[in-house]
Amino acid sequence: MTAPAVPASSPGSTGEMARIPGMKTQRNAELGLLAFAMVLVAAYGATVEAARIGEITPTFWVPAALLSILFVGLHFVVRYTAPYADPVLIPAVALINGLGVGFLRRLDIGDALSKKQAIPGIFSGIGGRQLAWTLIALILAAVLLIVVRDHKIVSRYAYTLGLTGIVLVMIPAVLPSSISEVNGAKLWIRIGSFSIQPGEFAKIALVSFFAYYLVRKREVLSLASKRVLGIDFPRGRDLGPVVTVWLLSLLVLVFEKDLGTALLYFGLFVVTLYVATERASWLIIGLLLFFGGVYLAYLLGASVGGPFANFYDRAQVWLDPFALDNYERFGGSYQLVQGLLSLGTGGLFGSGPGGGSPRFVPEVQNDFIFAGMGEEIGLFGLSALLVLYLLIVERGLRSALAVRDSFGKLVAGGLSFTLGLQIFVILGGITGLIPLTGQTTPFLSSGGSSLMANWLLIAMLLRISNAARGPAASGGGADRAGGGPKKAPAQLHGAMTEVIKP
Amino acid sequence: MPEFVLTVARFGFLILLWIFVFTVVGVIRRDLFAGVRSKSIVASPRGVGGAVPADRPAKAKRGKAARQVVVTAGQLAGTRITLGEAPITIGRAEDSTLVITDDFASARHARLVPRDGQWFVEDLGSTNGTYLDRGKVSGPTPVPLGVPIRIGRTSLELRP
Repeated sequence: MTAPAVPASSPGSTGEMARIPGMKTQRNAELGLLAFAMVLVAAYGATVEAARIGEITPTFWVPAALLSILFVGLHFVVRYTAPYADPVLIPAVALINGLGVGFLRRLDIGDALSKKQAIPGIFSGIGGRQLAWTLIALILAAVLLIVVRDHKIVSRYAYTLGLTGIVLVMIPAVLPSSISEVNGAKLWIRIGSFSIQPGEFAKIALVSFFAYYLVRKREVLSLASKRVLGIDFPRGRDLGPVVTVWLLSLLVLVFEKDLGTALLYFGLFVVTLYVATERASWLIIGLLLFFGGVYLAYLLGASVGGPFANFYDRAQVWLDPFALDNYERFGGSYQLVQGLLSLGTGGLFGSGPGGGSPRFVPEVQNDFIFAGMGEEIGLFGLSALLVLYLLIVERGLRSALAVRDSFGKLVAGGLSFTLGLQIFVILGGITGLIPLTGQTTPFLSSGGSSLMANWLLIAMLLRISNAARGPAASGGGADRAGGGPKKAPAQLHGAMTEVIKP
Repeated sequence: MPEFVLTVARFGFLILLWIFVFTVVGVIRRDLFAGVRSKSIVASPRGVGGAVPADRPAKAKRGKAARQVVVTAGQLAGTRITLGEAPITIGRAEDSTLVITDDFASARHARLVPRDGQWFVEDLGSTNGTYLDRGKVSGPTPVPLGVPIRIGRTSLELRP
């Protein structure tokens, strides 16, 4: 090692990232897009009022303006704490969130009109509640951005987060049904009129834990393998964690009666594993295990019933939703069929915002919000929303590719994949592609837990994309610049690595 | 509300929605190709046929500071690291800023260090050496923009 002739610059603190003049942060682009998004939300509100009430009330712009204040607040937090973060994430999510609030308000207006009541105020009804949830969710996201200045410090709490995640998943399973069961799925904690879905928050905790675990075990999992039929299979003992998570997700399936959440957790783990090891065999093993488990649950549901009966019911409904006995049975395919009819009525361009009759679909404010919106904005508008979701996921994966430490790569990859998978699960359920499961549509459907958890997810992605797009901070190499003895980084999360080999 | 206004609002909203989507795509596009535009400036190293005459590299350097290092050849080709104030370490060691998995690279192979806005490359006693363009790097050597640094099969360039 030669003695350095160039004095090493003082290691810049990784937390406070000084802005380098001349580097493009794209923050103004973000603000512009945000303004555009809010104009769209206001336009949606105006169109709804014109179609529903017959005139545009003087206060039609208030929800959009309130949302703008909230989102611009978050924008300024990002400007000061994560100046290089991705410019597209916030506006795209803000538009979806805003349209969600608009649609819920449209439901409020519709309900009041059908009951011949006065038009509800902006802060009343489910629309008003969603507005309040948005405020709380954005505060949480801002707090996460302010507290977590470097995503690598999250890995210090990986085991705590992992345990928290599992506990959050398990709480509803052990609680009595009277507290935790809503529409046959035990996913909730209900206290009075207030209810949260702890599983939503578990996602983020579990992703962080998986990422940390896999960064440590990556070499073992990818190198020690047997080659069978041209596919690398890992050693039996390395399969341990995968089998554990598989069992966990099956337990969720059995005790919480929710296929979607089970699929979400399991898919999340398998994909993180795949990203970490680059072994396609994990995908194959994962898919086989999952479909095997689901088929087994289906067979058990047909013969034994008991805890599997709920899943068997849903599978029956999925196989033939239009069968008369499925349609007329209580808890049968009525909801699914109404949703499909609603999407079909919407057709290509929809009946216009406020022009449909979404209340024919049960639970249109939650799981079936896509069907309700699809009736009014049609395939044309719905695909725009889907493209927006796609772009959000794409930007997350892009950050995962660009960030230079392996923990960040796995967290960003896992989080964006979860978001994509959740949209697939609920949309697949509504359109009859897969059995219907009670997942929320991220950012769109009414409900505080989902909104808060998903905004936290976006805040984490913003943090990681800031690290990915920002200038190289002084990594592990800087403190060795003085020619001192080589030493390994004190802790794994301190290592700046380019690990995922192209 | 007349029917006509409603129809206009309905389709206007859908069109605006798609315009928003395409604006977002535009921002992403600009973001993706932000580094590529500068490629044309440095595509011809040593000023051959480029806008920068070969005999005035110092002046050109003052005008454009290096903002990123781009891997142009080798397994990591296409990787970009945006430069800040911190030195960039290159090698096979896991804690390097740029970890290259190259049989000809040492664990701690080379280092890029900034001083007064100029980046210097420095060999850290590697087995197979670090080359700046064709010359072997023995001490800290200033790196002009667009001149390849070769480490094993990997090439890096500074870009504005």
